[in-house]
Order: sequence, then structure tokens, then C-alpha cells
Amino acid sequence: MKIPYFPGCTMKTTAKNFEMSAIASAKKIGIEFVEIPRWNCCGVVSSLTSDDLMKHLAPVRNFLRVQEMNKAEAVSENRLLTLCSMCYNTLSLTNNRMKENADELQKINDFMHREDENYAGSVDVVHFLSILDEWGFDKLKIENPLKNLKVASYYGCMLLRPKEVGIDDPEAPQIMEKLVTAMGAESVEWDAKSRCCGSYHTVKNIDLVKKLVSGIINDARENGAEAIITSCPLCAFNLDVRQKEMAVKNSDFQTMPIFYFTQLLGIALGLEKSDLGLEFNAINPNEILKKYEKIKGAK
Amino acid sequence: MAKKIKFTDKTTKFLEKIMDLSGEQVTLCEQCGTCSGGCPFVEEMDINPSQIMRLVMLGQEEVMESQTMWLCASCYTCTIRCPRKLDLSKVSEALRQVKLREAVDNIDIAEIDAAEAVKLPTIALVGNFRKFTG
Ligand code: SF4
Ligand code: SF4
Repeated sequence: MKIPYFPGCTMKTTAKNFEMSAIASAKKIGIEFVEIPRWNCCGVVSSLTSDDLMKHLAPVRNFLRVQEMNKAEAVSENRLLTLCSMCYNTLSLTNNRMKENADELQKINDFMHREDENYAGSVDVVHFLSILDEWGFDKLKIENPLKNLKVASYYGCMLLRPKEVGIDDPEAPQIMEKLVTAMGAESVEWDAKSRCCGSYHTVKNIDLVKKLVSGIINDARENGAEAIITSCPLCAFNLDVRQKEMAVKNSDFQTMPIFYFTQLLGIALGLEKSDLGLEFNAINPNEILKKYEKIKGAK
Repeated sequence: MAKKIKFTDKTTKFLEKIMDLSGEQVTLCEQCGTCSGGCPFVEEMDINPSQIMRLVMLGQEEVMESQTMWLCASCYTCTIRCPRKLDLSKVSEALRQVKLREAVDNIDIAEIDAAEAVKLPTIALVGNFRKFTG
């Protein structure tokens, strides 16, 4: 499968470890991510007013690139794959709005009159987790099962809500848990898996974010988790970096490693350690990973 | 203390403006409180989400002075639970936009510590600026 891939801004900066582990895992499975040419920021948060159409232009421009890639037969998929949960949400919401609103789509196409073609509304947005689910979690060739590792799957908001774009049941999701089990690890059930981490408030209201983050970490720990997985670079930053800051201030604070789901997947698939970017994780994950000595390239 | 509310052209206009901008039929709210019950930010809010709905319904512009709309992070928890299928994230967005379109930003970008900002994920900064600046 050759699928058009939208990285988004953060995949190239603080979430490098997400991108590298995802691309390497996908390659091992037989999925090639083809980065779309001249992609632009999706806008991060969806504009929620009834007007302000201009803010939906950025996602549409990216869909046009996918359309062109298909025309040129550079890919085998008319779906646009994303890793970042926020990009996934914002691209999906705009795409739905365009598909349901011919007038608005026309206005945007008219505005982009210097493009070679109009966006026809035919592209679909898909998250890597859904692609893995479709591929079949049970078909993954697990070379290094994460035996006895207790993992809490953290969805946050953007993968699940609103319902129209959610990749699973918004109140009782199981897609990440299925992946955890397929990797040979133990999936932990917990309450906070879809509770907001504080999102972009991390810029100016760090105390609020820390309060929400400690609630999430405590809930994971109380339910027996040793690690948390996520698919959102903003959740990851809040859970990982803000958690570390709390631990530095308070020596009693017991830290919990945070992973992108693709990092654990990479270990389970037997990838080289250099493909996983574990050195970019804020809370040191090596202690908990010691058990899995088979990680290639690990000392 | 009981407050006497008078309906005037001004209250009707405010209600209509928010309903227009949000696309939500705010008057359908039955004040069940489900939104406030599940909101992860409710403890920090001076007026809780269901009260905001009531005040908007009554056209009370005092909601513009509340911090609630700025705290609402569009997490969509209330959106999926409201029995009237109302989307409060859109109502918050409409309220924010009323202020932002008067060219009144809620943050001063110059105040953000540059050394801290470079460590932040790009999506944190862009998301923040989209919600707090016009
Ligand atoms: S959940 Fe819906 S109906 Fe209930 S108070 Fe909130 S907005 Fe009103
Ligand atoms: S969308 Fe806003 S009001 Fe609703 S639960 Fe989330 S933060 Fe609270």
C-alpha cells in the first residue's frame, strides 16, 4: 500500500520520534507513507463558527495535493493518512463540511483559482490506527512481544470527538487496546483515557495543564499501568514534558513513561532502536524497557 | 439576590448574534447540566457551561466578561453528551469570536517567553494563537 501522508508541523519538530517510529513500523508491515508535496499547516484547531470559511482553506489545499497524486498514480490510495490526532481532527472536520456543503466548497475552489484543478470532495482522511485496524492487528508479525508490560491507552479528545470524526466509540473506545493486546502487552482499563490534557493551554496556563496531567497519570497508575501510549504530539508534550517538570519540583512524584503507540509497535515488530527515537522522550523509558532485551541495537 | 431580567432589542440581538455565529439553536437547551457535569475545566470556570447557555438564551451580554469561553478548549466532551445535541464548543467559539473580532486579543504574544516557546510543540502555539488572537 502506497498512501499519501500528511505530517503536519509538529511531526518535524517535537514529535520526530513519532514520525520516525511510525514510518519504520509501517515499512516493516508493508505500508509506504508518501509525503504529500507542498503540504501546509492544517490550522491545528478547527474553526467552529458558521462563517469564516477562509480558515477551512488550508485543509482543502492539502486534499488537492492528494487528488493530484492520485492522478499522477504516485500512490495507491485516495485517502490521506495522518499521525497527529489534532491534524486528523481538523482535516476531517473541514473535509466533512466541504462534502456536505457544495456552495462553500465552490467558494473555496473559486478562491484557489490559480490551482490547476478544483477539489472534488473525494478524498478521505484516515488515521494510522484505523489503517492498522483495517490491516488486521492479529496479522502483525510480532517478533518481540511486550510480555507483562501494562499499558494504558490515552486517546485524549481529538481521535474520538466529535462523534462524526471519531475513529471509535467516543465513550468506550477499544482500538488502541486491541493494538496493545496484539503487541503481546497487557491492556489496562482506566477512566481518564479520553479526558482532556489541557491542550494548547500549555502555552499560558501551565498550572492548569499540570493539574489535569497529574489527574491522568494518577488514574493510570491506580489502575496498574506502567506506561501510557498516545497518538497526539500535544498530549504527549503535556503528559511527558509537563510531567517531568512536576517530578523535578517534587521528588516524591513517581514518573510514568509516555510513548507514541508507534514506538512500542516498533519494539514489538523487532525494529532497530535507532528507528524509535526513544532518546527524544522526556521521561526516560529505558528502565521499563529493560525487560525487552531483544530491542535491536540496544546496549 | 434575585435579578430582574428585561427583554429588549439588545438582548434579542445578542442571542441572535450568538446563534448565527455558532449555528446552534441555543434556546433548545433544557438546562439539564450534563455539559457542566463532564467539563474537565469546570472547576476553573467562573460561570459553568450550562449557565452560559442560559445567560446567552436570555441575551445577557455579561457572559462576555466571563473567563469560561477562554477556558473551553473545544474538547467536545459536552458535544457528544448533550441530550439536545447542542454543541457548546461552537457557542464558546462564537463568544470568543465576538471579542476577537473587535480586535481585542486575549493573550499578548509578546509576553510569551521566547526561550520557553521554542520548546513547545508547534501545534500548541498555533492552536493557542488561533483561539486567543483575532
Ligand atoms: S447538556 Fe445540553 S441541554 Fe443540558 S444544559 Fe448543557 S447545553 Fe443544555
Ligand atoms: S467543549 Fe468546552 S465546555 Fe464542553 S466540555 Fe469541553 S471544555 Fe467544557
